[in-house]
Amino acid sequence: METTITETPQYGLEALEAPPLSLRQLVWLRFRRHKMALAGAVMLILLILYATVGALFFTEAYGNITDTSIRLQAPSAEHPFGTDVVGRDLLARTIYGGQISLMIGLTAVLIVIIVGVLVGAISGYYGGWIDGVLMRFAEAMFNIPTIPLLLVLSKMLSDKVPTIELLGREFSGSVVVITAVIGLTSWMGLARLVRANFLSLKEQEFVTAARSIGASNFSIIFAHILPNTVAPIIVSATLGVANAIISEAYVSFLGVGVMPPTATWGNMLNGAYKYLETAPWTWIFPGSLIVLTVLSINFVGDGLRDALDPRALVE
Amino acid sequence: MTRYIIRRILQAIPLLFIISVMIFMLLRSSGDPIAVMGGRRTTRAEDRERLTRLLGLDQPMHIQYITWLIGNDWRLVDVDGDGIPETPGVRKGALRGDFGDSLMKRGVPALDIIVERLPNTIVLMIPAEIIILAVSLAIGIYSALKQYSLVDQLVTAGSFFGYSMPIFFIALASMYIFAVNFRKWGLPYLPTVGMFDPKVGKTASQVALHMVLPIFSMSVISISGYSRYIRSEMLEVISQDYIRTAYAKGLSERMVLVGHALKNAALPFVTLVGIDVPLLLGGAVVTETIFAWPGMGRLFIDHLGRNDTPVVMGILMMISIAVVFSQLLVDIVYAWLDPRIRYT
Repeated sequence: METTITETPQYGLEALEAPPLSLRQLVWLRFRRHKMALAGAVMLILLILYATVGALFFTEAYGNITDTSIRLQAPSAEHPFGTDVVGRDLLARTIYGGQISLMIGLTAVLIVIIVGVLVGAISGYYGGWIDGVLMRFAEAMFNIPTIPLLLVLSKMLSDKVPTIELLGREFSGSVVVITAVIGLTSWMGLARLVRANFLSLKEQEFVTAARSIGASNFSIIFAHILPNTVAPIIVSATLGVANAIISEAYVSFLGVGVMPPTATWGNMLNGAYKYLETAPWTWIFPGSLIVLTVLSINFVGDGLRDALDPRALVE
Repeated sequence: MTRYIIRRILQAIPLLFIISVMIFMLLRSSGDPIAVMGGRRTTRAEDRERLTRLLGLDQPMHIQYITWLIGNDWRLVDVDGDGIPETPGVRKGALRGDFGDSLMKRGVPALDIIVERLPNTIVLMIPAEIIILAVSLAIGIYSALKQYSLVDQLVTAGSFFGYSMPIFFIALASMYIFAVNFRKWGLPYLPTVGMFDPKVGKTASQVALHMVLPIFSMSVISISGYSRYIRSEMLEVISQDYIRTAYAKGLSERMVLVGHALKNAALPFVTLVGIDVPLLLGGAVVTETIFAWPGMGRLFIDHLGRNDTPVVMGILMMISIAVVFSQLLVDIVYAWLDPRIRYT
């Protein structure tokens, strides 16, 4: 992966005759050819529309109303996805749960990017003992299996953050905890990737040139080297969103994640296996939405990987 | 080579030390183990004070860690709270195999509790790993040889699906299909939860039958990822010059594939096995919870909920040790298999 940057792009002969394309056009051209990635992108847009436009039809309060007299009802005209164990409407909950799940995915990846890029850049650029300390730490975190670590951290912090009101909506403090915990336990891969790229890029002439005209370390790291390693970061971040959504689902599924009444696709599945036989709709709908989202993100990520690969031939 | 192995082992020790410090600090600052010790009753203030002293929780963090690591039987501790240490300590420390006593099952050593459950997890993991390796190797090689064929395309799409599935969804879906619906349709169906049918008893065939769905759920994700990996690895190898040479000197297709291509393509596979160990051990938490499998993962969840830090710490440390050593083993095997790697 890290060698992709240093190699000269090997364009086919026919590419030399074609008018030069901007990088964006080039990437779009390659991405478009990837049928699965395109399908993934469309699917993803539909899912985002589902979570946003759907919210216009139901209020969040509607999704949180409990009415045990209609508990575990099969899908019907009134409740198209059925009701859960305390009689909440599953359709409304998948809509609002989708918002939270997607938000957790995106925000966690933002944390991953910030921490991962900072650690990787500093480690790779400065080297020496800073690199040693940071990489030992990253390695130690790598070696603690993620799911148990997530569980311990979420449980430890779960009651430390109060409920937050934002934009007239109440978010359980556990949303913040889970987002932070997922972000802070998944930056190591990206940090290694960025570090490896920095290690090879910092030896190149343009860095020497920048240094010779008196550019500061800060500007060399962020203005000169970092833009050259954006492609792998984009790919890794895209796939990271999928991983973050799955991680949230794992933790919430096991009951230490986001606390009700705030819905997420993950915590809607918590305890659903008890109704495996009697009320399959309680887990089929949220579960399928997770799979669809992760699947489309993975397709898009795969397409981006091919599209952004500088070694790929232009045909 | 010997020097390389020794150096890698020496590197693993500080790594495990850092991991243990990190986990210890995390667990000590999470939850109040004494709060749940009294069962339903609230712990009385004087009991709480005594228990805190007895468990050494009144000590500063670094002393607590040292006690956990190397024990305190070589010094006197203050048990009655008069400020004078007079009772000899009893803890031996993790380095001598004493992870403390469980708080949930009073007085039982944490290690005993873990070791009792360990075989159940291993019995699930080893067949899962064998199936993962065999199936992904077969699928990967087949799709590489028949690149862009219908089967290859189907496998590609399928592997994306499998790779995107959280393990609990595969588990729930497979239980729904193979246990619930098969029974409904009058077909032979699989059991869903537990390790054996209490009516029949813990016989080998019962355990094997109960293992089918958990192993299936665990393998689907890994197989999806690895078969893609093997495929691209194999494709890269087939296009190499030495494969053409092998064909040119008249070797049979089979000989070329098995003797030349597979041998080289299988090399990075060793790394995968190393990555898989932490994945399976971590994933065991979810799998064992869903399938009510009495293994280490479920033990972890149960005891984490009750703040039983000695057991939780013990499980986390054991998994981390397994992970570090599996990676160590992978590095060594890799260096031994691949003459291009110089072990300096």
